[in-house]
Amino acid sequence: MLSLGSGGGKSTKPSFVSYVTPEDMKIKEKEEGLRSKHPYLLPGEVVFCSANHVLKYTQEDVSQRGVYGTLLCTNFKIAFISDESASQETAPPFRNKLLSENDIPLTCVDNIYGVSDEKKKLIIGGQVKSKYPSKLIIQCKDLRVFHFSLTYAKEEEAKKIFQGIVHHSLEPKSLKCVFAFSYCETASPSQASRKSSLTLMFETKEDWSVELGRTKGNCKVSSANEDYVISEKLPQFFVVPFAVSDDDILRFLGKGIPFWCWSHHSGCALFKMACLPTIQEDGISQKYMHRMLDAVTQDQLCPVKIEDLSSCLPALQDLQLSYNKFKQLFLIDSTTEFWVSDMKWFSSLENSGWLEIIRQCLMKAVEIVDYLESAHTSVLIVEEHCSDLCCVLSSLVQIMLDPYYRTRSGFQSLIQKEWVAGGHSFLDRCNHLYQKEKEVPAPVFLLFLECVWQLLQQHAPAFQFSETYLTVLSDSINIPLFSTFLFNSQHHRDTAIKPGHPEAQRSPLNFPSVWDWSLQFDCKAQSLFTNPLYVEKPIQDKALRKTSHQKHQRQLSLPNTLSKPSPRKGFFKEETDNLKKIFLGKRISKWLNPTESSKELYESWQRKPLDYQGLLLPYLDGPSVRVWMQRYLRWVPEAQIFGGGSITTVNRVLELASEIQDLQKEVERRSCRMNSSTAWTQVYSGPPLSARLSSFPFTATHAWSFKPAIPSSIRQSLGSVSSLADKEDDDCQGSGVL
Amino acid sequence: MSCGLETYGLGEFGFRLKTQTMASASTPTYNSNNLENNSSKNASRESLRMEPLADVPQLPGEERITDKDIIYICPFNGAVKGKVSITNYRLFFKSFEVDPAMTLDVPLGVISRIEKMGGASSRGENSYGLDISCKDMRNLRFALKQEGHSRRDIFELLFRYAFPLSHSLQLFAFLSQEKFSENGWNVYNAILEYRRQGLPNNKWRITFVNEQYELCDTYPTVLMVPFKATDEDLRKVSAFRSRNRIPVVSWIHPVNQAVIMRCSQPLVGMSGKRNKDDERYLDIIREANGQTAKLTIYDARPNVNAVANKATGGGYEGEDAYQNAELVFLDIHNIHVMRESLKKLKDIVYPQVEETHWLSSLESTHWLEHIKLVLAGAIQVADKLSSGNSVVVHCSDGWDRTAQLTSLSMLMLDSYYRTMTGFQVLVQKEWISFGHKFSSRIGHGDKNHADADRSPIFVQFIDCVWQMTKQFPTAFEFNELFLMTILDNLYSCRFGTFLYNCESVRDNMEVKEKTVSLWSMINSENRKYINPFYTKESSRVLYPVASMRHLELWVSYYIRWNPRIRQQQQNQVEQRYMEMLALRDQYLKKLEELQISDSPRIANNSNSPASPTQLVHHVQTPL
Repeated sequence: MLSLGSGGGKSTKPSFVSYVTPEDMKIKEKEEGLRSKHPYLLPGEVVFCSANHVLKYTQEDVSQRGVYGTLLCTNFKIAFISDESASQETAPPFRNKLLSENDIPLTCVDNIYGVSDEKKKLIIGGQVKSKYPSKLIIQCKDLRVFHFSLTYAKEEEAKKIFQGIVHHSLEPKSLKCVFAFSYCETASPSQASRKSSLTLMFETKEDWSVELGRTKGNCKVSSANEDYVISEKLPQFFVVPFAVSDDDILRFLGKGIPFWCWSHHSGCALFKMACLPTIQEDGISQKYMHRMLDAVTQDQLCPVKIEDLSSCLPALQDLQLSYNKFKQLFLIDSTTEFWVSDMKWFSSLENSGWLEIIRQCLMKAVEIVDYLESAHTSVLIVEEHCSDLCCVLSSLVQIMLDPYYRTRSGFQSLIQKEWVAGGHSFLDRCNHLYQKEKEVPAPVFLLFLECVWQLLQQHAPAFQFSETYLTVLSDSINIPLFSTFLFNSQHHRDTAIKPGHPEAQRSPLNFPSVWDWSLQFDCKAQSLFTNPLYVEKPIQDKALRKTSHQKHQRQLSLPNTLSKPSPRKGFFKEETDNLKKIFLGKRISKWLNPTESSKELYESWQRKPLDYQGLLLPYLDGPSVRVWMQRYLRWVPEAQIFGGGSITTVNRVLELASEIQDLQKEVERRSCRMNSSTAWTQVYSGPPLSARLSSFPFTATHAWSFKPAIPSSIRQSLGSVSSLADKEDDDCQGSGVL
Repeated sequence: MSCGLETYGLGEFGFRLKTQTMASASTPTYNSNNLENNSSKNASRESLRMEPLADVPQLPGEERITDKDIIYICPFNGAVKGKVSITNYRLFFKSFEVDPAMTLDVPLGVISRIEKMGGASSRGENSYGLDISCKDMRNLRFALKQEGHSRRDIFELLFRYAFPLSHSLQLFAFLSQEKFSENGWNVYNAILEYRRQGLPNNKWRITFVNEQYELCDTYPTVLMVPFKATDEDLRKVSAFRSRNRIPVVSWIHPVNQAVIMRCSQPLVGMSGKRNKDDERYLDIIREANGQTAKLTIYDARPNVNAVANKATGGGYEGEDAYQNAELVFLDIHNIHVMRESLKKLKDIVYPQVEETHWLSSLESTHWLEHIKLVLAGAIQVADKLSSGNSVVVHCSDGWDRTAQLTSLSMLMLDSYYRTMTGFQVLVQKEWISFGHKFSSRIGHGDKNHADADRSPIFVQFIDCVWQMTKQFPTAFEFNELFLMTILDNLYSCRFGTFLYNCESVRDNMEVKEKTVSLWSMINSENRKYINPFYTKESSRVLYPVASMRHLELWVSYYIRWNPRIRQQQQNQVEQRYMEMLALRDQYLKKLEELQISDSPRIANNSNSPASPTQLVHHVQTPL
């Protein structure tokens, strides 16, 4: 199985036709002899098969010669190792320590097409016969597209590599086959166990208590599910209203329980809840629901609004469908295709519906924010399992309302709280195991990142992390190494990492968390995760700031709107009862009409000067909701602006930030107060500004021959313009008048 | 100079004039979405009714014509009662009914049409009044009370002063008494600009054959032509080019000496006429830099239009006649198509931004597609020139699409034009001096709003420039406000810069003597217009990506009247950057203070990151 590159003088005369001259070949062989072509393997990584003399080419364009090299398939990735000496390659600007430029993690493979006789055919796992196509097109979940030609490889090797790739990336497998397991068995624990100390993991009672304390939430941490005695879907610890007893939780195995997410400074709070099983008799469930709602209103002394997501947001299947259409717009095979699709670009975007879904989610989140912020009403988000769109919305609401979640550690803690502890089925939704029949795959977490990106691009100074951070995070979903994205729940993870045999004298496997960024990137590359525009909390006394580290004070972001009947604290019993009856009967009174109230929220928010540490609302009109260019266009060569793009301003800001940092240090040094200065951003020193592409830091600039992109086939598109097109420019043509 | 919906606090109230008061019986419904009423404010409003508007901004030379109580029907916030003041320069509306006070400041020059709305017997609230269409993507509606022909006076006055040329009045630019420290008329001098490019040289010469506009009445007096072509040759060539607009040099590449020539179409006609002089002239151009095997002629039009032009005596350079040339059509549509496209765009952005199908609606206006074609054409010109080939650019008359293509390609090729003064020179040269028909395209002071000669060609050019600044945010010395100010004053008639169709008419009207240049104002306060991110990179060619993936609607220009649309994104970044610059300067100052008190230590500190060169470099960045 192990057949690494051609060592020594193994390969004599190549048995294939090539347009590489024999002289070229000789040189190449010499080089091969000099250089060991061992791929860079991670601990626990094993090569399954490989093929030499595979041609990687960038486009269907014949003029592009491409690069020869070895194509490998390991238990972690598909890798291509170029025959060209590495020294010629300038180091990619932004190297991932786990993956090189031409590596594709097996779980990152989206679709594979085989091209035989000029025909492009989708390869489906399990249906591969002994025939193999002459060309492979691999489309990745991170939107890269690779073209490999097997024409010049030895038949046996080509067949093997083709079957290997298809088998390991397109066919169902068991969880234990995911690379993380063999990695963790082999890697030294020290390498995998560093945790980002500032990120709350929400695996312990303490983390929940800290969060409750920070938001001054009036709820209790429940240990009812310790050791998963009640439910395998729920985390061991969670927060519920005081009045919710362990028996209540046990009754429907955690369903119908209002789980606390976050408390607003006014006292109202955000909860989420899974639907009760439908088989329940009406009377029982209604009585139970009454009790739960009572529990919510009693603690918070606020009315509560129920937000049922199934009725107002698209289903998971629609999400998947829409995203599939959308991503197709960026998986471009050739320059011709790029320019042809350019003509109908806007309508294609619209037809995919993806931006509209993003908009709907943001809009729903604004409605919830409005209840909490202006009406001081608690909100209970209800979804079937409260672990999909529920996570999107609860996280978005918290990001809009609480500046802590716009810091990097806050954001990571939020994902831990709402997604990981919240039991989002990452494994099923990402479909890493390729088990088609099981659950609906859907890019739910990606949708969340998309929504955050919209907020980030609209309000850049409000976020401590950068666009690059979000892009890298979205890529990390497809690296099968991080416990964060590999399981369906905490219980699922805890059982999976237990040693296989009970008698084995071993501690559970120590899976790295995605927040352990140093596993993927060195410090320098990580500096690109910080947004240099971020407006920190106003700096008071330095010493003071250090002690209050991480305790982000929450501010009143809006004054109570006078025009609104703001519900006072301390409701009379009857009043709450009445309110609840109205809600339960799904008859929402007029003051809760969402569109109207959000309009007021926007107006009062817009009237005030923008406070980056306060409430943040997304703009949702057509021109404001945009395509996440960095993520989607970074690999498309035609879309690269040479020496341009918004990254150029970001770089200027970074430079200035570092200059300020240096000056600050210098001033401190001179004034003999050698305070260790606060963590300022480190400047990323890559190629000079003008030599960078707009997709920096993602596309390497080497091998980039620059030629301006001239749109082709533009004539047809305007075919429908009216008779005006045939008119003369000037009606007074020939009349001699100026 | 702002003509936006702005908000001011309550000002001081000045002089008294007798004005009509609103009959309180006809109080309009007032949509109080966000605008709260307040009794104390009401009181001050009552007393205000007796007085005219006080704090109307007034330029030197500006005169008050009339004041009137009126209701502004704001498309975003509903009807608001207030006062309008008309001067010979602007329409100014202010309402104290809302807090903070709402104002409208509209130069009369932006008005394209004034219509009466409703009649004396019209029913319904606010159905009687004026409907004003503006050239800058907005409409204004005012309602008046129905009795006593209340709108007759204001309509007539407005009509008269908004369209002064149709009423034998002078444009405001000739009445303005504004003074500025800089004189913008000195910005451009053709000979100095050619000298900057290294012209004349042994291949190219200046000719004064057009000194009295006798060769071509829409060209400037100073022209750069091949050294080998005599003035007599030029006269012969001019007979074969539409409106005598012969090929002349716009720009020469400093290294490879390739040139961009501009002209109008050849007068080929149905019979396929040829002209030996013209053919020879183009070949002289080709030979001049010694490395152009084939002269590329870019015909901006779509192929079919070029063919159709033969019917009216025009056409294009045929293969047989011009053997050493290759002809490329750039498929850019004519002024009528552009006008309709912008009209469609206005329909989807004003007053309400199309909600449900924004992207496909945007696509159906074709506005960005036209932008893409213009940019794509300019990229081809620039690319050809970079590779050492001379080019000739023309459309039909060589004053619309040709100006767009030459100026945009020059902007890509020559970083000088990306500076504040360089851009002014570019506009003066390629647009104003070479006879882009500003007067006809904009219709300054002219009531004929449906004139088919009107077209937003210059707006489209500025939009293309804006697209380039978006793609290269550090490459331009000027900011978005600079471009918006240019566009606002394209219509305002406050300055003489964009008045009239060509230099010969401007000379006649003594524009330079009698009016102020827009550049005078801009250069007197140029800090406002500077892009803080500007990084000088002198020899870089910018190739924008003319793909829909990167082209975007210039929201902060086209949708700026809508208060609900986000305008601030770039400004946020810019503002943050300025704050950081200020912080940097604070540290520098502090460091300086420390150095003074601590001078002996400076010497051994030369390799500190804040080295002097770096400091100097950054200090130049204006705050």
